[in-house]
Amino acid sequence: MSVAETLPRLPIRADLAAMLVLPLLGWLVSDWRLALILAVWLGAWAFNAELAKRSNLGIIVAAIFGITLLVLWEMTVRLYDVSFVILPTPTDIAVKFAASTHILWRDFVQTFVKGALSGYVIGCVAAVIMAVAVDRSPFLQAGLLPVGNFMAALPIIGTAPILVMWFGFGWQSKAAVVVVMVFFPVLVNAVQGLNAADKMQRDLMHTYGASYWQGLFKLRLPAAMPFIFNGLKIASTLALIGAIVAEFFGSPTVGMGFRISVSVGQLQLDMVWAEITVAALAGSAFYGAVAYTEKRVTFWHPSQRG
Amino acid sequence: MSDLAAPILGAPATKPSKARAKAIYIAKRAAAVLTVVMALVAFWYAAVMPMNIHTAVTNAERAGAVIEPEGAGNRRDLGGVSLLLDNFEQAGATFNQDRPRLPSPHQVIAELWDTTVMKKVTSKRSLVYHGWITLSATLLGFGIGTVAGILLAIGIVHSRAMDMSVMPWAIASQTIPILAIAPMIIVVLNSVGLQGLIPKSMISAYLSFFPVVVGMVAGLRSPEVSQLDLMHTYSASKLQTFWRLRLPASMPFLFTSLKVGIAASLIGAIVGELPTGAVEGLGARLLAGSYYGQTIQIWSALFGAAILAASMVALIGWVQKLTLTRMGMTQ
Repeated sequence: MSVAETLPRLPIRADLAAMLVLPLLGWLVSDWRLALILAVWLGAWAFNAELAKRSNLGIIVAAIFGITLLVLWEMTVRLYDVSFVILPTPTDIAVKFAASTHILWRDFVQTFVKGALSGYVIGCVAAVIMAVAVDRSPFLQAGLLPVGNFMAALPIIGTAPILVMWFGFGWQSKAAVVVVMVFFPVLVNAVQGLNAADKMQRDLMHTYGASYWQGLFKLRLPAAMPFIFNGLKIASTLALIGAIVAEFFGSPTVGMGFRISVSVGQLQLDMVWAEITVAALAGSAFYGAVAYTEKRVTFWHPSQRG
Repeated sequence: MSDLAAPILGAPATKPSKARAKAIYIAKRAAAVLTVVMALVAFWYAAVMPMNIHTAVTNAERAGAVIEPEGAGNRRDLGGVSLLLDNFEQAGATFNQDRPRLPSPHQVIAELWDTTVMKKVTSKRSLVYHGWITLSATLLGFGIGTVAGILLAIGIVHSRAMDMSVMPWAIASQTIPILAIAPMIIVVLNSVGLQGLIPKSMISAYLSFFPVVVGMVAGLRSPEVSQLDLMHTYSASKLQTFWRLRLPASMPFLFTSLKVGIAASLIGAIVGELPTGAVEGLGARLLAGSYYGQTIQIWSALFGAAILAASMVALIGWVQKLTLTRMGMTQ
């Protein structure tokens, strides 16, 4: 007698259930504002559910869902008169964003270009070089993999106060935090990747009389690319996090993390959200750029075909 | 194959040698890991000398020793390595300073021992106490995030509309540095009147939520078409297919995402303690240490967090092994 047999057989309409369950909490207090919000939600959802039955509309369905969330956000804040100090509306944020593009741009350059990007490049290059360096010793590899995996799971972000203490308040300390954060995920993936070429392929290189370096550059590094890019994609998210969080421990009077903490103090929540928008856009664009490069470099890999 | 064949062929003689091979493999691996760890510790000790030499020679000069460039002002711009080479006899004084730029490993271990074993767990100076504050927020958030993530994944797998609407955003949100806005969430919730455990665990929940959603969606979809067809020929209901096929098949995926999720939860809880000048928790120890230049305290809090993260990941790994072995799913 298993669980399935003891349960009653319910005719489950999953999307119907989702429609009812998600806003269920709201049913408890029923007033006209809630009814309006629910009506918009259910209407958009029904429209989406209808659209989803057709194929090749994936992006539109996702976009409608995103826009619906924004509209609900705007409606909730306005209808319930939520204080600006707690949650500004999307339009407030958009207005602030448009009005302060020069500040946002300077913060972006300081945090993303100087801090995150330089640290990302240094950390990833160092990790790949390290992986190649230990590549000749299976013994070191066997030791490095568990240690690297261990380090990759640690709250490395905690080293931020130490590195800020060492490298000062400038962008250099942010780059240092990023280097430490991205190093281990890339290292672990690169070490695994360098072992990805199978024995037959290596033997073939051997029969060609290829030297170690020829084997490395012509076979094993290309074969390692799917793994290395996996690490690079993980690291792209970590880089921005590291650069922003490190600024909470001390920074010059420019930078996204600085602006966020100062604006929170001044209760300028629209500025905070504008910075968050910048961070979200930059993070997605960075990830997208790495993913695009991956597609071009590892075009031969099964996961990129079709 | 060999596992199946052994009892039939009556070959108990192969068993000890297999166990021995495994033991040798483990021993080799342990030796390799140990070597790497030793190398790291040696590197650490080597780095301590140039990092702390400035303070060491200044103290020695005050005590009357002759230092190569005289006067602390002349040495300020000098690199740590060259100063160390000129005054190598002072190297011993770099290892046991009160507020070193880089504490040496034994200082950190001594501080860890002192603040965990030697102090009462209720004491404000006990790392166990601070660790528990952070751990409780982590576990609460992890629990909420995991349950919510599994429920959303079930919805996504069973509803095409939910899949197409929610899934792209769930994936895109992984690329956004959510952790960076954690402090803001804390401050805003603080102004609404929510303090302490709840805001921190909300960040933990949020961070563990998406890995679980993405992993569980992949896991619940992992049964092959032929398996689903088989369930169909049995005329199994959706519910039966879910309990008998999809859910068991998703277990390896679930545990992998749980490991990612718990590490993310802990980081979320620690970062959540950084703003608003929290006085309790590992994050607060980090912050207080950085305010007062207590580097040993920072490093011990960091290692406390590392040990916590490692043991939670190991615990989930152990449960995973037990569960998958009982289900007969180990490779």
